[in-house]
Amino acid sequence: MSLPTNTSYKLHPMRYRPLNLGRWLVWSLFALLLILAPRVFHSGASVSLMSLMGTTMIFALSYNMLLGQSGMLSFGHAVYSGLGAFFAIHAINLSSQGAIPVPLSLVPFIGGLAGLCFGALFGYVTTKRSGTTFSMISLGIVELVFACSLMFPGFFGGEGGVSGNRVFGQPLFGISYGPQIQVYYLIAFWLFVSTAAMFAIAHTPLGRIANAVRDNPERVEFIGYDTQRVRYLMLILSGFFAGISGGLSAINFEIVSAENVSAVRSGAVLLFTFIGGIGFFFGPMLGAVVGIFLTVMLSEFTKAWQLYLGLFFILMVMYAPGGLASLIMMNLRILMQGKMRRLLPAGLAMMASAVIAAAGVIMLIEMLYHWSLDSAQSSRMHFAGVELDTAIATHWLLATGLLIAGGLSFIVTRRPFVDIWGTVNAEIEHQLARTAK
Amino acid sequence: MITPSLELRQLSKQFGHAHIIRGIDLSVSSGERIAVIGPNGAGKSTLFNLISGRFAPSSGQVLLNGQDITGLAPYQINRLGLSRSFQITNIFHRLSVFENLRCAVLWSLGYQYSFWQKLDELRDARERAEEVMEAIGLGWRRDIAAGLLTYAEQRALEIGITVAGGAEVILLDEPTAGMSRSESDAAVELIARVTEGKTLLMVEHDMSVVFGLADRIAVVVYGEVLACDTPQAIRNNARVQEAYLGSHAPQQEGV
Repeated sequence: MSLPTNTSYKLHPMRYRPLNLGRWLVWSLFALLLILAPRVFHSGASVSLMSLMGTTMIFALSYNMLLGQSGMLSFGHAVYSGLGAFFAIHAINLSSQGAIPVPLSLVPFIGGLAGLCFGALFGYVTTKRSGTTFSMISLGIVELVFACSLMFPGFFGGEGGVSGNRVFGQPLFGISYGPQIQVYYLIAFWLFVSTAAMFAIAHTPLGRIANAVRDNPERVEFIGYDTQRVRYLMLILSGFFAGISGGLSAINFEIVSAENVSAVRSGAVLLFTFIGGIGFFFGPMLGAVVGIFLTVMLSEFTKAWQLYLGLFFILMVMYAPGGLASLIMMNLRILMQGKMRRLLPAGLAMMASAVIAAAGVIMLIEMLYHWSLDSAQSSRMHFAGVELDTAIATHWLLATGLLIAGGLSFIVTRRPFVDIWGTVNAEIEHQLARTAK
Repeated sequence: MITPSLELRQLSKQFGHAHIIRGIDLSVSSGERIAVIGPNGAGKSTLFNLISGRFAPSSGQVLLNGQDITGLAPYQINRLGLSRSFQITNIFHRLSVFENLRCAVLWSLGYQYSFWQKLDELRDARERAEEVMEAIGLGWRRDIAAGLLTYAEQRALEIGITVAGGAEVILLDEPTAGMSRSESDAAVELIARVTEGKTLLMVEHDMSVVFGLADRIAVVVYGEVLACDTPQAIRNNARVQEAYLGSHAPQQEGV
């Protein structure tokens, strides 16, 4: 009875499948990428950056178990990663004192267990409701835990947080976890295992019913499932993986503070996950990589980095609600159908206009920042190899001119692009629908 | 006497001061097909909501195979073997047709909240879902997102989801609402096929559907059962003609 389905997999809506290139190939490539990445980017800074990306990827994936897979918009997911991190750092300290025999490699598991337990505790309250109520209660919980973290300095370490030393015990096979590269590989290992586990969970009865709850909770009640139980279980599982990421970040930074359980941290994971794309399993991983890269790199270049990140987020929500993952998949589909050539001229014209407009916006923002914050020293500033002077009117005019010219040109060039984009995609859908018949 | 599949005893529901359902008694024996008809606002949909657990009744009892299910949650009632469809299409829009049906069979096959079994390896779930998919004629739409189906196809899927779990008592709320004549005929044929041997309770406005499917017709007016009898008897019932059908001849198609 089963039909050959390979041809139609590409269009599979919300099925949490990376490319249909064969599971083994994708997973092997992923493992290979994790192993080889530090060979290519071997500087100390890049290894630290990639370590941070790794922990954030697990965190974002665990967040998407709620948002993308179960339709639960949580504003307080850092509670689970943060408490996991606190338990992990205490485990490290106890272990280095010899009080408990937990090797560092298993500390993330302690973090995971803590996340799971607090998921079971808080989730019991939050998942009683869905939708906006759930979001609000999750926000309440994160504020509550954050306040507690300052109230109980014995466990949370007060303002300074709790620090530890990840190097303890005898090195096993020469692995002491002193060098950052060893920590990177520990994170990479846990990332791979957690990703595989979360992918597997997405393809179990519970995972699929969670999708159904996301789409239409009411109907789920009439096919025999208690939606509250589904949300609760998903939250507990998600808390487990969030806790693992917290445990890894405790190992990575050797310090955990109140910031780890804050609403700010919870907001960041929502931002990253959404930018990456909640409709695809790998979307949050992409979002974590891009988000961390932007956070770290932009803050090197400019004081206004949060403003740019915010703008980027707004633009994504408005124009590409499917996130980077859906942008990539749609372009890939067009490329594979051999229709990219038709899209290219209009696309390039639109992009060029966008770049010009962006240059204008960036110039204006940077000059404004300089003018309002640093102008006491000098009105001259350097940015991206260009020397600007906030005292010279023509520089302001130039920036405004770029913005207006780019903006107008964008409006003009966007229309034809959108038209061709629509036509091309309609053609592909039509073609696929026909092959499905 | 054999226990009826579904029995309503003095079932009542009021919202504030508004009495929507006023003491309905109804007994449906196993394998029987009953159509519930009545003018708009008579309380037909509310009656279904009371039976299926969407609302709790104000008073009275609902018995499923002799077991009291009054006030139970919808999922509990569903697990006991009663399944319903909705007047307004109620499907999982972003899931494919196949996934919609597979979701609907999981509980009945005992998989519950399992997060340790791979869905694609559950052969019985796949086969049952495919069987229903073929039965409702959507086999060729297997991997299309349910939200992209045509209206008639979504209505068929709605019925598919309802019957997939294998419930013995099926409640269909206006299954042919908004359909063209030919679509409606196809739907009647489909309903007769997939509910064969099951107990069926159906709200319907379309008289040709009613007379084509029902063993008995229950006429609900102002929250009360005015009459419940064979189609022929209902056709000739003076009170029904007066209260509901008015001057319209029951043979007339549509409402």
